[in-house]
Amino acid sequence: MNNHFTWALLSLTALLISPVASAQKTTAEGIAEYRAMLADGNPAELYEAKGEALWKQARGPKNASLEKCDLGKGAGVVKGAFVELPRFFKDTQRVQDLESRLLTCMEAQQGLNALEIAKTPFGAGEQKNIESLVAYISGESRGMKFNLPQAHAQEKLMYEVGKKVFYLRAGPMDFSCASCHSEDNKRIRLQDLPNLTKQPGASTGFGSWPAYRVSAGDLWSMQRRLNDCYRQQRFPYPGYASDVTVALGVYMGVKSKDGVSTAPALKR
Amino acid sequence: MKKVYLKLSAIAAAALVAGCALTPSAQDIDLATAKAMKSSFREQGNAKLDRLTLDASNQACSDSEGAALEDKLGKAIEEANLKTVKFPADGKLLGSWAEGERVAQNGRGLTWTDSATAVNGGSCYNCHQISKTELSYGSIGPSLYNYGKLRGVTDPTSVASKPIVDYTWGKLWNSKAYNACSGMPRFGHANILTEQQIKDVMALLLDPKSPVNQ
Amino acid sequence: MSDPMRIRAQAQGDKTTVRVLVGHEMESGQRRDAAGKTVPAWFIQSISATWNGKPVMSAQWGPAVSKNPFMQFSFKGAKAGDKVIVTWIDNRGEKRTDEAVIT
Repeated sequence: MNNHFTWALLSLTALLISPVASAQKTTAEGIAEYRAMLADGNPAELYEAKGEALWKQARGPKNASLEKCDLGKGAGVVKGAFVELPRFFKDTQRVQDLESRLLTCMEAQQGLNALEIAKTPFGAGEQKNIESLVAYISGESRGMKFNLPQAHAQEKLMYEVGKKVFYLRAGPMDFSCASCHSEDNKRIRLQDLPNLTKQPGASTGFGSWPAYRVSAGDLWSMQRRLNDCYRQQRFPYPGYASDVTVALGVYMGVKSKDGVSTAPALKR
Repeated sequence: MKKVYLKLSAIAAAALVAGCALTPSAQDIDLATAKAMKSSFREQGNAKLDRLTLDASNQACSDSEGAALEDKLGKAIEEANLKTVKFPADGKLLGSWAEGERVAQNGRGLTWTDSATAVNGGSCYNCHQISKTELSYGSIGPSLYNYGKLRGVTDPTSVASKPIVDYTWGKLWNSKAYNACSGMPRFGHANILTEQQIKDVMALLLDPKSPVNQ
Repeated sequence: MSDPMRIRAQAQGDKTTVRVLVGHEMESGQRRDAAGKTVPAWFIQSISATWNGKPVMSAQWGPAVSKNPFMQFSFKGAKAGDKVIVTWIDNRGEKRTDEAVIT
């Protein structure tokens, strides 16, 4: 084999090998570029503006706004409330997440029917308004650190229940939340999976919902994200703002302590 | 006046007890978890509530909260799962690798939005690298690229290859037969894939002509 | 009643950069709903911006533009305090105009 032929063969082999290797690097780089481009002009901002208007608008049979709603930091206090939820509420004597608390307030302040709203499919009727409200409320805690209270017995209990539920394996595929979210540097297909059992993964995941999902063209609340998780885990349907979903919120939120909230964020 | 005072007392007492409560006991947690699981879910589409009944494997692996099972328990679970592995009656364990690739790519089936008559997929690429050309693969499970080649399988029907071929079938049928808390679904045991689909995935992994082994 | 556009306009020296987030379904007319019926096309056909009565940007959009589109453009001659006015018209004949002050 003369030198010319060897050189040609080597360079041909190199050409055949490199496209795959560089294509793999380019995939990850490409996704990062795409996300950077999308970061400016997050359509979630449209929902935030709508949510603020809805918060202040007199609606429902009682023709009242939500401005007296207590999200945990006092009546009408929105700033900083998101990063302390879920928490225990004296008036309902239970631990509630943001969506659960909105149901309470929409009923108590505005006279809307909480049970009906809970039964309404995502994206329809009052559920569409909740998308805007959670965008607004979470946006008012943007950049703040998670600091869920864990003083009340029920808060402590819900954290432990959330932990148990997180690791609970069921359904035909034996999946738990932990199946995908309990290890570092894992991904499903090309979607990175945050490790929700500790920082920094916990707040990376928990603090980025609600989020505008480009693929869906919709803003998804945490409740909707959990609902779709359970669907893909092949579980039966989790009730809207049910105890299991709130408990998971407590677990993830406590694990997110001192992590920064980026909600409402942007997702593929 | 008296009535109000009593009312305040009751609330204060409750608050006192609640506020000063120590960490909940293991029993409190188990009871509350069971209660939450029972009340929070409803059936939807083909996802019925029996999906929440945990078998011994899932119960043990849920209780361990991600930690490895203690030796004896782990072994017992693996043995119980191994007993469920069913081999094909015709003795042929390999099908078509082209079909196997389709099964591996298909992530559908068994969710509450899937129809009962739909063909289920294996969702293999969700967790594994398999062929060289498919770049959209997950990293939850190990790479399966060159699976047969790396294990020296040149003829899957040979006596020499039988151990690895049988192990691969067993692993696909019931992953927990070899790893008690395996994150991989039990494709045969849980009726996720048909016998033919598993044969096809076997071919994808073990057929020397499969792109996986090039 | 359509959603207000979110417009941010910043002047740096002679150049003003305008970013607009438009709230619109931008239905291509190719999608089918759950029942199998085609969802009718509903998208912005033209969008334009003016400053001091002068047109500074004009574009023709179509069904390929996504839902809730984000657009960025720049032009010369304005200064902080001036106003930029953005208007769109969709295929149903619906119109919307919003304005923003250049910072």
